[in-house]
Amino acid sequence: MKISMKNWVKSGSPWIWLNAGAVTISVVMVLGLIGLIAVRGLAHFWPADLHQALVTDRSGQQQMILGEQVQVTQITADQLRNAGYQVDEDIQLLERQLFKIGNRDLYGFDFRWALTRELENIEYPRHATVLERREWGNYYGYLIGIKEDGRLIAEQPLGENILWDEAQKRIQRAVGIYWEIYNLERREIGQVNYQLEQLRLAERRHELRGTDTPENLAELAEERAYWNDQYAEMEARLAELYGQFSRDALVMMSADGQRSVIGLHHVVRGFQPNDMNVFQKMGHYFAKLWEFVSEDPREANTEGGIFPAIFGTVMMVLIMSVIVTPFGVMAAIYLREYAKQGLLTRTIRIAVNNLAGVPSIVYGVFGLGFFVYFVGGNLDQLFFPEALPSPTFGTPGLMWASLTLALLTLPVVIVATEEGLSRIPRSVREGSLALGATKAETLWRVVLPMASPAMMTGVILAVARAAGEVAPLMLVGVVKLAPNLPVDGNFPFLHLDRQFMHLGFHIYDVGFQSPNVEAARPLVYATALMLVLVIAVLNLTAIAIRNRLREKYRALDM
Amino acid sequence: MTTTEKQRTHGMNMGALNRDAGSSELKLSRETSCISVKDMSLYYGESQALKNISMEIPKNRVTAFIGPSGCGKSTLLRSFNRMNDLIDGVTIKGEVNIDNQNIYDRKVDVADLRRRVGMVFQKPNPFPKSIYENVAYGLRIQGINNRRILDESVEWALRSAAIWDETKDRLHESALGMSGGQQQRLVIARTIAVKPEILLLDEPASALDPISTLKIEELIHDLKDRFSIVIVTHNMQQAARVSDFTAFMYLGEMVEYDNTDTLFTNPAKKQTEDYITGRYG
Repeated sequence: MKISMKNWVKSGSPWIWLNAGAVTISVVMVLGLIGLIAVRGLAHFWPADLHQALVTDRSGQQQMILGEQVQVTQITADQLRNAGYQVDEDIQLLERQLFKIGNRDLYGFDFRWALTRELENIEYPRHATVLERREWGNYYGYLIGIKEDGRLIAEQPLGENILWDEAQKRIQRAVGIYWEIYNLERREIGQVNYQLEQLRLAERRHELRGTDTPENLAELAEERAYWNDQYAEMEARLAELYGQFSRDALVMMSADGQRSVIGLHHVVRGFQPNDMNVFQKMGHYFAKLWEFVSEDPREANTEGGIFPAIFGTVMMVLIMSVIVTPFGVMAAIYLREYAKQGLLTRTIRIAVNNLAGVPSIVYGVFGLGFFVYFVGGNLDQLFFPEALPSPTFGTPGLMWASLTLALLTLPVVIVATEEGLSRIPRSVREGSLALGATKAETLWRVVLPMASPAMMTGVILAVARAAGEVAPLMLVGVVKLAPNLPVDGNFPFLHLDRQFMHLGFHIYDVGFQSPNVEAARPLVYATALMLVLVIAVLNLTAIAIRNRLREKYRALDM
Repeated sequence: MTTTEKQRTHGMNMGALNRDAGSSELKLSRETSCISVKDMSLYYGESQALKNISMEIPKNRVTAFIGPSGCGKSTLLRSFNRMNDLIDGVTIKGEVNIDNQNIYDRKVDVADLRRRVGMVFQKPNPFPKSIYENVAYGLRIQGINNRRILDESVEWALRSAAIWDETKDRLHESALGMSGGQQQRLVIARTIAVKPEILLLDEPASALDPISTLKIEELIHDLKDRFSIVIVTHNMQQAARVSDFTAFMYLGEMVEYDNTDTLFTNPAKKQTEDYITGRYG
């Protein structure tokens, strides 16, 4: 039986196919994107096997390299011929490989391309060792000795591995000391510095107010002496820790035979990937992943973690939500419930909708000009004159970034709330009014609770927009490396004036501003994945809250 | 009970009530009328929806408004607690007096008026709160938050609305989980919880099934000792069943207002007769 084309069109099937096709393409694109960044980003933390090979470059120079294979690509023969390589006429494509060879202090660069045909004697030496360092990137080589206080205490010939356990032990010890120093510097000395700065400001305040009486000053001096004592004490402890910290060193030999002495105070961790089984590799993988989400970045953001950026992003979005929700809701209530509906309200509504379409960088410029320089500058004059000329709020910071984004997302909240208010059945309002409630009481007790899911929808959209925004933030508070988190143990605990890090900007910075592009590339993917996850978590939280509200104020079936 | 008997009963109960066949208006003395409408007209923008209505609505009786759709009966009902104020472009002329005060006077507190003149709407409109909180709503609005008083009032209202037995075990469940008929009785309970003097019912049973309708009608019968009830209905049988007095309205005019029995058995106007016999409307 043949179905005619005409009947097929009439049946609506092509229309269904078209719609289903559009949905499929969208789903495939989203999943593809997430899959790409997940694979590229997460694979980075897996301890790759170390290749050792003899490379003969086109000038005939030979070098033994040891490193991770990062990439294998095809390159056209023409390109190579143009670059001066000898390539046979009948060859169209050649394979080339990118190795991460590390040892930036020895070679000056830590990635190296090599044509597959240039490689000889490829092996995977069992005891090839990777040392992750706090400076100069990874070291790839072999352990040949251990030094303590500058004296060689143990040695092994190349190919042996008897010292590895001892070296690991000493690395662990150094890492332990590192965290002790970190806590001391960050927490305790940070606190002392903060107190000393507060005292300086207090003194300046006295000066400005003319209350710098000898008694007041003596009081301050006494306190300062106390904190200075504390500081000296910590300084001494710190010096001792540093002495301990740099006690040990490893004697290493690179693949091409260069000896180096690497102090353990530079080493984050050491491992021998070719000698690890799957479970050890998984342990290593999760340790690296945890480091990525929980620690500070190192080496111009190309190593270490992104915790400050995650924290900053979440913090900013939360503060933004707290600001934008009441403002948007109040504006929507006035527009929908109280304002006389006419030309003026229509105009305002159109203006609000258009505001949502203004490019975000414009908000950034406005935020910088109005919030930072005007509002912040005046706040400083009024409330923080003692700190001048260095600004307190008159400089980009968390508060201004949150406010700017609140402004940016305000239209979304207003529109969603208005929509929700207009959907509350008239009969329910009348029911409340008929019981003797005033309009305001009706709003508070019936209408607003029922409209709360719609408000949450507005907040969800606002969060989605704000969390992904980067351009305006670069002007009003985001930096590539913030010395402190905006929250710490010093009063008032939440420092809205501080600059902060942001995942979106971190992607830009690592991806496009980094001196070491190859090293940064996987981190860009990993950070992008993290940003998507953070936005998803924020959104899911908001959606969960909305669904609970919906359940509670289920719209009447009318 | 024959018509004449019933008429006589009314005549005995309400000595002050006289029928003036010529004007088809009920004369009520001050003491027995709860709402007195004087020459009231209502306009939606330019169009006139109510035309010079004058009537006295008796105390502690059920008065029904009947008439075809769009005749203004709901509008008239809503003007008794100023619900029409919520609609843009409504203008009202004339007076509506409750307790010797014109409710359209500028001094009148509308919220207080609406507390005294409660209203139940066509569709059940419980709030998305628990059954208890629905009934307590009007009291909380008045600032009553004493748990004991609230408990007592809620129970009293639910009992009065004949829904206590169905709800006493689920007072703190959402009111939205009830059936339509229960919801409507809950709304009536909610309205009488604030102890209004007058109860306005705007087609309270039109969205309900026959059994729920019957329950509402029984409830109206029970409540008329305590409240003056004005009911708008599409259903003439219902008006005949529940009301003591009936007003027939047509195109914004009060055509005839009389004892229910008289109006249905011996209407003075041809229009009324045509409507109740189903010749139009």
